[in-house]
Amino acid sequence: MSALPIYATTGQKIWHYTFRVIVGLILFFLIAPILIIIPLSFNAESFFTFTPEMLALDPEGYSLRHYRDFFTNPEWFRPLQNSLIIAPFATIISVSLGTLAAIGLSQSHVPYRRAIMATMISPMIVPLIISATGMFFFYSQMGLWMEETLGFSRSFTGYVKVILAHAALGTPFVIITVTATLVGFDRSLTRAAANMGATPTQTFFKVQMPLILPGVVSGGLFAFITSFDEVVVVLFVGAAAQKTLPWQMFTGLREQISPTILAAATVLVAVSIVLLATVEMLRRRSERLRGMTPS
Amino acid sequence: MAEQMMAADGRTLKSSLNRALRRQKLRALLLIAPLFLFILLTFVIPIGQMLFRSVENQIVSETIPRTVVALADWDAAVDPVPDEAVFRAFAADMMVAVEERIHTRLGSRLNYEAAGISSQFRRSGRDVEDMGEEVTEQFVALDPQWEEPATWTLLMAESDWITEQATAEDEPAFVVSDAAREALPRTADIYADFARVTQNINEDSPTEEQPWHIVYVALYEDLLANPAAQLAAAPAGLLAEAGAAVSAFTAPDIRAAFVDSDEGWGETRTWQTIQTYSPPYTASYFLNSVDLNQTPDGIELAPENQRIYVQLFIRTLVMSLTIMGACILLGYPVAWMLANLPSRQANLMLILVLLPFWTSLLVRTSAWKVLLQQQGVINDLLVWIGLVADENRLTMINNATGTIIAMTHILLPFMILPLYSVMKTIPPSYLRAAKSLGATNWTAFWRVYFPQSVPGIGAGSILVFILSIGYYITPEIVGGTSGIFISNRIAYHISSSLNWGLAAALGTILLVVVLALYWAYDRIVGIDNVKLGG
Repeated sequence: MSALPIYATTGQKIWHYTFRVIVGLILFFLIAPILIIIPLSFNAESFFTFTPEMLALDPEGYSLRHYRDFFTNPEWFRPLQNSLIIAPFATIISVSLGTLAAIGLSQSHVPYRRAIMATMISPMIVPLIISATGMFFFYSQMGLWMEETLGFSRSFTGYVKVILAHAALGTPFVIITVTATLVGFDRSLTRAAANMGATPTQTFFKVQMPLILPGVVSGGLFAFITSFDEVVVVLFVGAAAQKTLPWQMFTGLREQISPTILAAATVLVAVSIVLLATVEMLRRRSERLRGMTPS
Repeated sequence: MAEQMMAADGRTLKSSLNRALRRQKLRALLLIAPLFLFILLTFVIPIGQMLFRSVENQIVSETIPRTVVALADWDAAVDPVPDEAVFRAFAADMMVAVEERIHTRLGSRLNYEAAGISSQFRRSGRDVEDMGEEVTEQFVALDPQWEEPATWTLLMAESDWITEQATAEDEPAFVVSDAAREALPRTADIYADFARVTQNINEDSPTEEQPWHIVYVALYEDLLANPAAQLAAAPAGLLAEAGAAVSAFTAPDIRAAFVDSDEGWGETRTWQTIQTYSPPYTASYFLNSVDLNQTPDGIELAPENQRIYVQLFIRTLVMSLTIMGACILLGYPVAWMLANLPSRQANLMLILVLLPFWTSLLVRTSAWKVLLQQQGVINDLLVWIGLVADENRLTMINNATGTIIAMTHILLPFMILPLYSVMKTIPPSYLRAAKSLGATNWTAFWRVYFPQSVPGIGAGSILVFILSIGYYITPEIVGGTSGIFISNRIAYHISSSLNWGLAAALGTILLVVVLALYWAYDRIVGIDNVKLGG
């Protein structure tokens, strides 16, 4: 496939190039919608299509006004803040609990391993709308209980509810990535450390943790992006005070579509490029540390 | 007999090893426990609660308990409208429910089953407090003491309560005396509710409030049944006098009062609905979610214009299958190319696949909304090329087409990645071998390569299918009315129509389908083999 042999017939040559064109078109279909919003977000007008000025590459046709709106308008700025409050806390919970559980699961003798694994992965499998429905009923009661019995403020309980819900959604990703790193983990290293007098805590932090760190970090990134992108559960569990960026985009798309949404989308694309690069780098580092050749 | 091996601490080696194993197991479980409990509490229990809600129907028997009991013996075939006793019980229940402000909630619950009941509850909720007024007037005419709240507390309360009430700063919760319950059972029962509502909801004292008219009706009934009823705590002669007089009272007609308030209460169907939905658990939500109705005459197909759910389930399945098919068609060539390119180029190409995978769902959905609009980029381009006339631009959004295009784009990476990881393991030499043995390109692909890639197709298909049947956001935004899924209906019932039982039932059905597919996925691929990002 990679190179056409010199003895290829004309038919084979035609097929070879047609196939490449087809694949190219599919990749274009995958990537173009994401890229097209970037230039559109610099539109000087409030249109969702290219204006004649933009097509003529006239600088007049471009402006940063939608970005200005995004970073100054409280309607957008507040949700961004909320997202940046909720996602890190949810990530911390997911990562700490998820990493411990993944280490536990990777031990050689775990009773009911399959059942435990299935339960802990379930938040990833169950459709979000169902998770959201279940959480809607449960968390509203829990919120009332926290407000009335524990005396927390309404806004605090609102954040706690969303953070817990997002943490539950994020843990499967941490378990999967950390378990994958642990598969290649050489157990004799921990035994060697113990042999040389390290306590279990020391062994964990000095030997095991540095080796599985890439898995933990990329699991954390997955958990972060899960929370940062999540809209269904927060729509059902959160109150207006917890409106996150995706929620604002969702209402924006459904009700009054404003071009600021394109600026928000472009910022998010930039964030995802950074995250993708980090995960890819970590994956390579992890494979190198474990003595595999990065592919 | 062989000597047993001993460990350093003097135990047998076997027990020592067993102990070590047990400790290891315990340690593993301790590490897992925090997350397991967390998921159980924040995820599994909420879902379980939702499943429970899909069959739960306690609202009827909790809101109108007396009516449910009185109605149990009623037979619509014998008596088209229940008798006065049922109406009196219902008036008592309604009075309590109105004061607790929960009667409209029951009204909307029953409205799912029989349209129009909700307004009956609302209308009669306003009228119920005047029902039985004539009885009160007759009692008061007999002896003005009946008007005094203090007479009533004296009659009904436990003596301890009266002493405590006189001294305590905060009034203690009202206690009905056993003697009152025995002598005047119906009155005591409804008076207890009156006292509770007065104290807890109106934050008042029963010593200062005249009871509801319906309490007087209960007293009338009690005395009619037992004119000689006596209570030691009662003011001298009060009860005896009333007991002797009640037979001459004009009997209240609560039934007429209700029918007067809303004609619906005189209809058999209303009472049949209440009777049918009295039990604490019901299958009606599940029946509703497959377009069936539980009517007093048995299970019936819903009226033609209300049959939407079966069609919606079918549409969800058909559209998910279409999306899955589109993903296979588009994903297969890309995965093949990825698997057969030299690794440096393949990695570059993989980034093109992973970038959409990592991009926010809402970004991708908004991109499609922008692209597919009538004044959007694609239509502009088509008009500019001249393929489409300006006046008949294509409608690609707010219909099924929009949903299918956008969701294929969103789910395509989930097809490509499993396919790629399977195709990477197929040695290219097999194809060369097949060709050198005389197979044509097509035969070599179809007989040699394709069968080996089937596990990848299976894994990708199940993944895409599971994800797509539960999708909510994208259909909501680009689907309009003809491109929505069952999940959109669930969300509608949660946030707009507030028919939570039906939402839970629809969710349960969807969950069962997904879990069955998940089980299949686990059997075919193994959940441990889920790969993220290649």
